[in-house]
Amino acid sequence: MNHVGDALLLARIQFAFTVSFHIIFPAISIGLASYLAVLEALWLRTGKVVYRELFFFWSKIFAVGFGMGVVSGVVMSYEFGANWAGFSQVAGAVTGPLLAYEVLTAFFLEAGFLGIMLFGWTRVGPRLHYLATLMVAVGTLISTFWILASNSWMQTPQGFALVDGKIVPVDWFKIIFNPSFPYRLMHMAIAAFIVAAMLVGACGAWHLLRGRRDEAVKKSFSMAMWMIVCVVPIQIAVGDAHGINTRKYQPAKIAAIEGLWETEKGGTSLNLVGWPDMQDEVTRYAVKIPHLGSLILTHSWDGEIQGLKDFAPRDRPDSTIVFWSFRIMVGMGFLMLFLGLLGLALRRGGRLYESRFLQRFALLMGPSGLIALLAGWVTTEAGRQPWVVYGVLRTADASSALSAQQVGTSLMIFVIVYFVVFGTGIYYMLKLMGKGPSLGDTTDTHGDDTGKGAARFDHRPLSRPTDPIDE
Amino acid sequence: MHIDLPMIWAAIIGLGVFLYVLLDGFDLGIGLLFPFFYGEGDREVMLNTVAPVWDGNETWMVLGGACLFAAFPVAYGTLLPAVYLPLIAMLCGLIFRGVAFEIRAKARRTQHLWELAFMLGSAMATFCQGVILGTLLQGIAIVDGRFAGTAFDWLSPFSLFCGLGLLATYATLGCTWLVMKTDGELQRRMRVMVKPLVLTLLLVIGAVSLWTVLGQQAVADRWFARHNFVFFAPVPILVLACVAGIVRFNTRGHDTLPFVLTQAILFLGYSGLLISIFPYIVPPSLTIWAASSPPSSQKFALVGVLIILPIILAYTGLAYWVFRGKVRHGDEGYH
Ligand code: HDD
Ligand code: HEM
Ligand code: HEM
Repeated sequence: MNHVGDALLLARIQFAFTVSFHIIFPAISIGLASYLAVLEALWLRTGKVVYRELFFFWSKIFAVGFGMGVVSGVVMSYEFGANWAGFSQVAGAVTGPLLAYEVLTAFFLEAGFLGIMLFGWTRVGPRLHYLATLMVAVGTLISTFWILASNSWMQTPQGFALVDGKIVPVDWFKIIFNPSFPYRLMHMAIAAFIVAAMLVGACGAWHLLRGRRDEAVKKSFSMAMWMIVCVVPIQIAVGDAHGINTRKYQPAKIAAIEGLWETEKGGTSLNLVGWPDMQDEVTRYAVKIPHLGSLILTHSWDGEIQGLKDFAPRDRPDSTIVFWSFRIMVGMGFLMLFLGLLGLALRRGGRLYESRFLQRFALLMGPSGLIALLAGWVTTEAGRQPWVVYGVLRTADASSALSAQQVGTSLMIFVIVYFVVFGTGIYYMLKLMGKGPSLGDTTDTHGDDTGKGAARFDHRPLSRPTDPIDE
Repeated sequence: MHIDLPMIWAAIIGLGVFLYVLLDGFDLGIGLLFPFFYGEGDREVMLNTVAPVWDGNETWMVLGGACLFAAFPVAYGTLLPAVYLPLIAMLCGLIFRGVAFEIRAKARRTQHLWELAFMLGSAMATFCQGVILGTLLQGIAIVDGRFAGTAFDWLSPFSLFCGLGLLATYATLGCTWLVMKTDGELQRRMRVMVKPLVLTLLLVIGAVSLWTVLGQQAVADRWFARHNFVFFAPVPILVLACVAGIVRFNTRGHDTLPFVLTQAILFLGYSGLLISIFPYIVPPSLTIWAASSPPSSQKFALVGVLIILPIILAYTGLAYWVFRGKVRHGDEGYH
């Protein structure tokens, strides 16, 4: 491989590495921010201490994750210009303004109110505090909106003209609301909620397993189980619709996901498992179910699906990767569904908090949200290859004129720094979860209404001297 | 009426970068002052003065980057590869520093390590920002809208000096900020540091000015051609006045004026730089008009900026208002 090729490959690895680390934290932030808004609303409405305790508990974990989301995100926004100068110059006219809108409408909103949310408990009244929490939650969702508009446009571009090899935006409405955007937005937002629900559920399960049965633990476990059973089926339905949309706009991606080489007549079977071989153009060891492929992707008995051989070899994404990443995601989805239904069933017998099987299962499923999320993104992004902007700009033409040494060095630095810093951060998040919500005095402490804005709040939890957790 | 979109965008980005330097400057400065303060709870107090606002401050840098990307993609795609290594180092510095805020408070055995990460991260981020600025001032080789230099073009005595200069700048900002936000013994010790810091800053500004004027004919022409200097003369004179003011008000025990005047110096220094490089966005060859994205992009994003920026300024102001006043030992902070 020549030098440009090496630098390109390294830049791709670097992007995949940094964005995969980044997306872990936003997913947690998006999910937890909404959860915190719900908890605070419940506390304000009912005055039950358990909600306030849970709010404080999860806001600490949220704060750590958010901080890591911010710093890893800053890296992303500069990586576009540094590693992908070709992309910036050809497509910057579209993705640049979208990123600018994200900063203006989302990042400032989150950052501006985050301080009040985390540190303002005793400084502002309950209404303003709640507003702050709400704004942070809304901010994370607005951020999702813009970044997914940008990413979806790269998947299914429209609303632009090509002038001198550069993309010139023509219709911003079409650019933002491009064909795959609604599906991707829904699928991603729900994925973030699932990520948070899985973490909250696993944390509850851990403390149930260790014998705690207080309100805070039971409440959070129960809330998570409700969330899972309600939201996972929706996610599966949205995912199904998403796939049908992709078949229309990116047929090569679907063929790669299915490990399908020939366009079959009279109904396509589904490869349940197998090993797509890009060299020999076959899927080895395939276990097939007749007609199921057509049934899922066209919702008809004998709908036609294009095979990979319909596309020139240089236009094919790597089927081995996306075949398996897709199956990991879907597999996780069905395991989650099973977990949710099991929880629902055990509720009836009043055994929700007693079944050790359920608790072990929920604990084990803690990271499943994140695994499915990452697998989903790998499917989407690797399935888009060899294009960065689908059908318009090839990945190979998108990179900067950097040497392989430069990109390699920075990649190495990032790998070390990310594992050290974010590794430690994740360790502390887990430690905090391991400590659990404080047991809370079940007596309501509406008594000490001292000072400004203290009505209904007492000062204890946050002004408590810092309590280190790594002893 | 003809609207010069690139000019408007240059002004917006100029403002964004200035606000970034002003705001993140003082919280990076706190990291630079960390080594001198290790008394019981001092570092806690120093951190708590910026705990609620640092994230918002850093967002101005993200805005600068995003607006550059949106309005001047050619500048974005040439400047960043040209300063690749210092850029990566800056980002790593910001990572260490940002995460240290959160983890320091939660660690006990490793607390000192996270304090070290905070100091070194702040210092590295600041130094690299200075180097990047220096690289920009000394000029970047561009051919056909692409960076045409080598991996180490940025490395020069001048850019390294700019790195050191920015360290002095941010340390001064941080110091006067803390004079404003603390009281008692901690404040007294901050006051002692103000004078040496601000004099260093003056030296740095003088040196960078001379260096660019002597080293670059274009800059010298800008300042001294015909009667230009008459118009620009207030800049250096006001800088001197501010320095004198800071030293004086500080010894008299004024709390806020030293900080305000430091900001004023920064504003003057910054406008001096703009005078030197305008209308180039990446000297010596790329002007703001040549670097622009299509008008449809600049218009679309401009609508957002004009509507939303005032709102952002309002709630950012609210956050500063909520957390106004002195920060003391044992106040609410990281938990
Ligand atoms: C689905 C949501 C999502 C996705 C796909 C991405 N991000 Fe992100 N990002 C967020 C959701 C988010 C967030 C929820 O808004 C963050 C995470 C931290 C935090 O937790 O806020 C955030 C933070 C964040 C920040 C710091 C904001 C600040 O200073 O406050 C930047 C600069 C970026 N991101 C940039 C990017 C880029 C360039 C991406 C594409 C490669 C990207 N993000 C993918
Ligand atoms: C707006 C958001 C995003 C944009 C603009 C974007 C853009 C890009 C670009 C420019 C590449 C380089 C091309 C290549 O390496 O092949 C890429 C690759 C990749 N991205 Fe994204 N991406 C975004 C979001 C994400 C997210 C959130 C993830 C989640 C993990 C992700 C995962 C990946 C992966 C795994 C690759 C490597 C694929 C490969 O090299 O085959 N992307 N993306
Ligand atoms: C079980 C049923 C599911 C189906 C049928 C499904 C379907 C899909 C499809 C077809 C894609 C690729 C979209 C493209 O063409 O680019 C995708 C992407 C993705 N999936 Fe799923 N999915 C399922 C479950 C899940 C779950 C449980 C999660 C996470 C909790 C998840 C998270 C994601 C993410 C983050 C992406 C990438 C972003 C996007 O393109 O929307 N999926 N999914």
